[in-house]
Amino acid sequence: MTQQVLVIAEQVEGVFRKVTFEVLSAGRRLAGQLGGSVQAVVLGSGIEGLAAELGQYGAEKILVADDPALADFTTEAYTNALAGLVGQIQPAVILLGATTQGKDLGARLSARLNAALATDAVGLGVDAGQVVATRPMYGGKVLADVVLTGMPAIVSVRPNTQAIEAAAGAGAVEKAALTLGDLRSKVVGKQFESGKVDLTEADAVVTGGRGMGGADYSAVEALAGVLGAAVGASRSAVDEGWRPASDQVGQTGKTVSPNLYVACGVSGAIQHLAGMSSSKVIVAINKDPEAPIIAKADYAIVGDLFEVLPALTEEIKKIKG
Amino acid sequence: MEILVLVKQVPATESMIAIAGDGVSIKTDGIKFVMNPYDELAVEEALKIREAQGGTVTILSVGPAKAAEAIRTGLAMGADKGILIDPGDLTIDGLGTAKLLAAAIKPLSYDLIVAGHRAVDDDNFQVATALAELLAIPNISMVIKQELADGKIRCLCTVEGGTKEVEAPLPVLIAAQRGLNDPRYASLPGIMKAKKKPLETKTPADLGLAAADLQPLVKVKALKAPAERKGGRLIEGDSVQAKAAQLARLLREEAKVI
Repeated sequence: MTQQVLVIAEQVEGVFRKVTFEVLSAGRRLAGQLGGSVQAVVLGSGIEGLAAELGQYGAEKILVADDPALADFTTEAYTNALAGLVGQIQPAVILLGATTQGKDLGARLSARLNAALATDAVGLGVDAGQVVATRPMYGGKVLADVVLTGMPAIVSVRPNTQAIEAAAGAGAVEKAALTLGDLRSKVVGKQFESGKVDLTEADAVVTGGRGMGGADYSAVEALAGVLGAAVGASRSAVDEGWRPASDQVGQTGKTVSPNLYVACGVSGAIQHLAGMSSSKVIVAINKDPEAPIIAKADYAIVGDLFEVLPALTEEIKKIKG
Repeated sequence: MEILVLVKQVPATESMIAIAGDGVSIKTDGIKFVMNPYDELAVEEALKIREAQGGTVTILSVGPAKAAEAIRTGLAMGADKGILIDPGDLTIDGLGTAKLLAAAIKPLSYDLIVAGHRAVDDDNFQVATALAELLAIPNISMVIKQELADGKIRCLCTVEGGTKEVEAPLPVLIAAQRGLNDPRYASLPGIMKAKKKPLETKTPADLGLAAADLQPLVKVKALKAPAERKGGRLIEGDSVQAKAAQLARLLREEAKVI
């Protein structure tokens, strides 16, 4: 039995998401445990030039699914394209990033292929020949080790949880033969905020909560600016209408695992803590020394965030030179 | 417009979650179970569409007898009828749940299925999208706005760093994201009326499915508590500037994150 690991690379507007390299690196490690090798597939339109980059992270073979109908992700078109390729490759494992599209694609593929699915895994391993994924449940209040039976096992991997390792793969690029069938859904418009770092992929996140007192997030944005961080919000800030729902960190928002998480005026309700407690380093700035976030933070400053944030922004600017 | 809404009963998000003695499930004593918050958005959107265009809103849920409470909540909000699929003693994974729903829905006539984009207990993002595949209809996820016209739906959806608009013909399944609407509360008269609305319970056998058809492909081997974060260090200093300078130094030299 072959033990191929197939990694679905994710590119947006001709640029690979960072999570693609994380998943590919994790895929290579998993292939090592399974005694197999890792292949990658990239889907899109006019993307042939991108493919070779995947060879630098251990891909033995890179399939290019290039078609105008794949220019923008739709669950339907990507599922059709991949189901055909999976039929040819017969991988033991399919890995993809647990992004907006990766989570949807994983779900549709699982039904198409009648395959086991683990979404948003933070750890991956093999036990007695079966893939075991570690994944958060209840918004991160619990971690579950789940065993995936049957072939292929599909796992979407949470961004920022897997180390990227460069490794020379054969990197042979091959054009994939595609059968896309009838496509009913189509993307008719898209809007991206240019240069905006997404919360789930950011190395640093600065979040403002109820303590912001209003929609003026300039102090938070200034600190985020010097850190190259994404800006987040607590649920109460979103409920107040200060920030869009897409900025919300927590159990009913996004789960983030950055290297540095700075919580400003966030009390640290259990739903919020669930969404950010896997951050590597947590800083809390809060005027209430009893706020639950203080007990979870690696570093805390008790004080008025409108005084602390500008001072901290200045000091970090100085250090970073 | 015939609209189906998928709901799940889950622990309220303010719940503390503790692992049960078997090591693979959670303790349910003292936990308040509610309708999954994203499903409230789905119910609300379905009601709004019915109010604008007429039709029927039917709520479906897979769960134990107790999950009927979540359906009743939806009926109290204004939905017309409910179907509970009770798998009894069977352990069902996400794909199995989708198979049960697909079997229950196939004989029904429908134009639109509305779901929450995920349930906040399993967080698996699987059931709604997998159901659309099993029904061979398109699905659109992370919807924050929708418009129905000429037998089509056009949705605004959140993606990383922006939004996109997706269009598909009916019947279609859409999955709600926060921002779609503000769900209404069930009124007291609504709660009274809900008690009399039809709610039928079906078993897998009623739907023509045997245990072998629903064999879970994903099994929980162990639940673990995430690593407790150790108590923090409070940064002291004579002034805000001194504290800020100290923190910046620690982030660079000790934590090495800047």
